Amino acid sequence: MAVNPEAVGRTYGPFETYEVTRVKIREFADAVDARSGAHFYPEVARAEGYTDVVAPTTFAVVIAQQAEFHVVTDPEVGVDFSKVVHADERFTHHRPLVAGDVVTTTVTIESITQRAGISMVTTRAEIVDGDNAPVSTVVSTLAVREDA
Amino acid sequence: MSDETTPSFDALEVGQVVASRTVEVTRDTLVRYAGASGDFNPIHYNDVFAQSVGLPGVIAHGMLTMGLAASVVEEWAGAGNVADFQARFTRPVPVPNPRAAILQITATVGALDHELRSARIDVTVECEGQKVLGKAQAVVPC
Repeated sequence: MAVNPEAVGRTYGPFETYEVTRVKIREFADAVDARSGAHFYPEVARAEGYTDVVAPTTFAVVIAQQAEFHVVTDPEVGVDFSKVVHADERFTHHRPLVAGDVVTTTVTIESITQRAGISMVTTRAEIVDGDNAPVSTVVSTLAVREDA
Repeated sequence: MSDETTPSFDALEVGQVVASRTVEVTRDTLVRYAGASGDFNPIHYNDVFAQSVGLPGVIAHGMLTMGLAASVVEEWAGAGNVADFQARFTRPVPVPNPRAAILQITATVGALDHELRSARIDVTVECEGQKVLGKAQAVVPC
């Protein structure tokens, strides 16, 4: 199986809504050693100007990777997941994610470049809120080994 | 977001270390991150599987390393105040069992944008003296 460079430009979603919860934010904050009280306590978050607990910087990966899963499992894209390593990641937050947000995600294959037996597959996930206003853009590149 | 938690732009200088942290990453850390993130790739918990795909053994999720790095910046910047954060995963972080991989995380002012009043924070993450992230940069409005 090899990555199909003609898959560039394909778009997936929007998928079912994702509801950001206090429990998930707390769990993720614990997992990445995020220590600010605003991740854990609504009253601290409110004192800092948020409506509820605020997600850590990289929390959006939880939402984005669910959408990216549709790319890596699309047989017409041709990614062999056992040969994948994560090459890079970028989060651009248009506003912070907070508990209570209900968001949807659309993911697009932005580029596929191939050289020296490696395919670099870059996806861009756009996360928007219930008013269709942008929340976060997550750009992720996977390096796929193309063994003979 | 509030004035109390946002760093003061005028007090910043390029090259200044604004935050640092040493983090121990154990197999427990990886299991916890797998559950929290939903990333259950077995290279992050199963040595036999990891070796079967050419790795020395279990390695940390790149996104765990990036998340730990982000937390160092965010504690300084204020929760929710990291507008942009990017990184390349340049070197895997093997996590022994038992014991821990030790990550030394340092956040430094890389550049200041006086017009936008935002700081570019460059983050280094070292494991056994070697950098494991490339071009790890955060943008913090101040």
